[in-house]
Amino acid sequence: MSAEPRPADFRRASTAALADGPLRANFRRAMDGLMAKRAARFADPVEWRDLRALGAAIRARTLARLPEHLVRLEARCRENGISVRWAETTEEANAIVLEILRRHGATRVVKGKSMVSEEMHLNDFLERHGIESLESDLGEYIIQLDGETPSHIIMPAIHKNRGQIAKLFGRKIRDAVYTEDVDALTAIARRVLRRKFFEADAGISGVNFAVAETGTLCLVENEGNGRMSTHVPPVHIALMGVEKVVPRLEDVPPLYSLLTRSATAQPITTYFNMIGGPRGPGEKDGPREVHLVILDNGRSRMHADRALQATLRCIRCGACMNHCPVYTRIGGHAYEAVYPGPIGQLVTPQTEGVDRRADLLEASSLCGACGEVCPVGIPIPELIVRLRTEAAAPGGASAVLGRGGARHRVESLAWRVWSTVLSRPRLYRAAALAATRLGRLVPAGFPPLSAWTRFRSAPRPARRSLHELADDERIPDA
Amino acid sequence: MTDASSRPRAVFYFGTCLVDLFYPEAGLSGIRLLQREGVRVVFPRGQSCCGQPAYNSGYAGEAREVARAQLRRFPGEEPVVVPSGSCAGMIRRHYPDLFAGDPDETAARAFANRVVELTEFLVGVLGVRLADRGAPVRVAWHSSCHALRECGVDRQPLELLAQLSGVTVAPLARDKECCGFGGTFAVRHPGISGAMADDKAAAVEESGAGVLLSGDAGCLMNVGGRLAARGSRIVPRHVAEFLWERTRER
Ligand code: SF4
Repeated sequence: MSAEPRPADFRRASTAALADGPLRANFRRAMDGLMAKRAARFADPVEWRDLRALGAAIRARTLARLPEHLVRLEARCRENGISVRWAETTEEANAIVLEILRRHGATRVVKGKSMVSEEMHLNDFLERHGIESLESDLGEYIIQLDGETPSHIIMPAIHKNRGQIAKLFGRKIRDAVYTEDVDALTAIARRVLRRKFFEADAGISGVNFAVAETGTLCLVENEGNGRMSTHVPPVHIALMGVEKVVPRLEDVPPLYSLLTRSATAQPITTYFNMIGGPRGPGEKDGPREVHLVILDNGRSRMHADRALQATLRCIRCGACMNHCPVYTRIGGHAYEAVYPGPIGQLVTPQTEGVDRRADLLEASSLCGACGEVCPVGIPIPELIVRLRTEAAAPGGASAVLGRGGARHRVESLAWRVWSTVLSRPRLYRAAALAATRLGRLVPAGFPPLSAWTRFRSAPRPARRSLHELADDERIPDA
Repeated sequence: MTDASSRPRAVFYFGTCLVDLFYPEAGLSGIRLLQREGVRVVFPRGQSCCGQPAYNSGYAGEAREVARAQLRRFPGEEPVVVPSGSCAGMIRRHYPDLFAGDPDETAARAFANRVVELTEFLVGVLGVRLADRGAPVRVAWHSSCHALRECGVDRQPLELLAQLSGVTVAPLARDKECCGFGGTFAVRHPGISGAMADDKAAAVEESGAGVLLSGDAGCLMNVGGRLAARGSRIVPRHVAEFLWERTRER
């Protein structure tokens, strides 16, 4: 579990990840597979374009009137017997969960997968308060055993290969026979977890879609652990970010299809749970109580900006990271954030401040692969540029946390000089002349050229510029 | 098919700063390819850069002044042909936003609408037919991410290469993956960028190609630089230069 808080250091962490051969191989293999499978699942470009446009429209339309939909959701949930609580911060959300658990004297909790709970660092928090919180999603279970955080939002243990998991199980699970057989490993985890579901005093889960018109909580999963966590224990606590609401039931199928096909290339998941409330009179199963905790944690701030609001369209499919050439090489932990990869590069700086996480904003070649595959059309590269602009802003107010805090004097001066030279034709031609005549003399050992030549031969200007060639060849001027 | 009436008689040429200073022969080759089709090519002197480096680094104001200077150098309505998918994409996709609310917004939008990437123009507007005069060669094609994703230029360069009888295009592993250039990204995160460039260079070597072609100077400089550092003999070439050299009458 996370130790003393220390400032995140992407540069150091990504350098270490790059040097880790097995880690890189694990990610490369897994991401190559996911990309190929996804492409096959969206083989028809017209169908993909139309479905994505629909998904983007549903999410954008929902966000445009977010407060209204949330109020409706709350009312419908209450009618269904689901208690609803609002949390502005993760501390508040943790306190609410603890209060509910204490009221029931709960000491053992099973959890379904929830990225919001990762934002809250809920397991740590509960452990500190004497409550055992056990992850029941296989991937989450694996990393919890190893004291790690997820390296991917859909496949949290994707950084580990079979052999590493086998060793971990051998070390941490009593009477586990060493095996690298995937089915056998799954069976071991299943044996442990099965018992825990029945012993648990409460179950905690995330929410994929919360339907405002019906007050229904939808949960997408493959292992049945989500259903067990939300169904077997007497109390169920569901956690969601404010953006997870959808207005109508009919909004769910297209988003669900986009989610599963983008995430794991499945046409549909093994389980799709629709939770409509606690056990009713005369019903034989289901929890006695259902609680919904709705978390803000910086989302209102994202919502306040017209362009950045698109960040909240995210349905957490993970496709942007699967396709990111940076993520596939360094993995999720190097980002030192709850959400890694391109979506994390939008969420984390907006939550923690563009000044504090400017390192994440820089870690993109802006190749556009993420935006190309995002099933709800979030213009991720454009928003990264927008956040870079906020980070380097010379002043002025905006809704973005930490605006202007990453402006460097030397860098901004360099861009000013650059701008002055390149916007004045005579000055530019003089500079170009100097570059072509003297550029070959610049030693490669100085930054930023030294960063370039670590891996590449030094670029050398041509002896004569295109301007000069055009003069020679009498290419007409305007 | 091209209809003769839509075929412009004259175009402007925006060479881009990298081509101006590092790949001038490629720039001139692009001009030659256009001229051979009977198109008058105007190269406005004093043109410099589309502004992308500053824009992508978060310095929109500085980028806008450089962009504004380009607007002034390209009066009229003729198409503006650009031998770079990245710069064409910057102008087409981002100038409208960059100038939103600015007195030059209308001019910027009009300029953006005139911009066409070179191979896109050769194939889509001029419908060129090329006759190969070179020796048989195996090449690898690397599309820049911005040509692909911001300009929608994907098949055009390959269509041109397919017209050359002596040229075989070798399949490249992960052909649509970024080479790691990304402008200032290459120097801000040299380790990650270097790993990307290395993978791309390795894929090019594995393809068995003797020449690496791209339509973007940045990618060429990056992958070409990595290939050289690996001791490879593969020659990086801008596609314009390659097309011209193989088809010119001597
Ligand atoms: S940003 Fe888009 S691609 Fe990335 S996780 Fe969210 S929905 Fe998926």
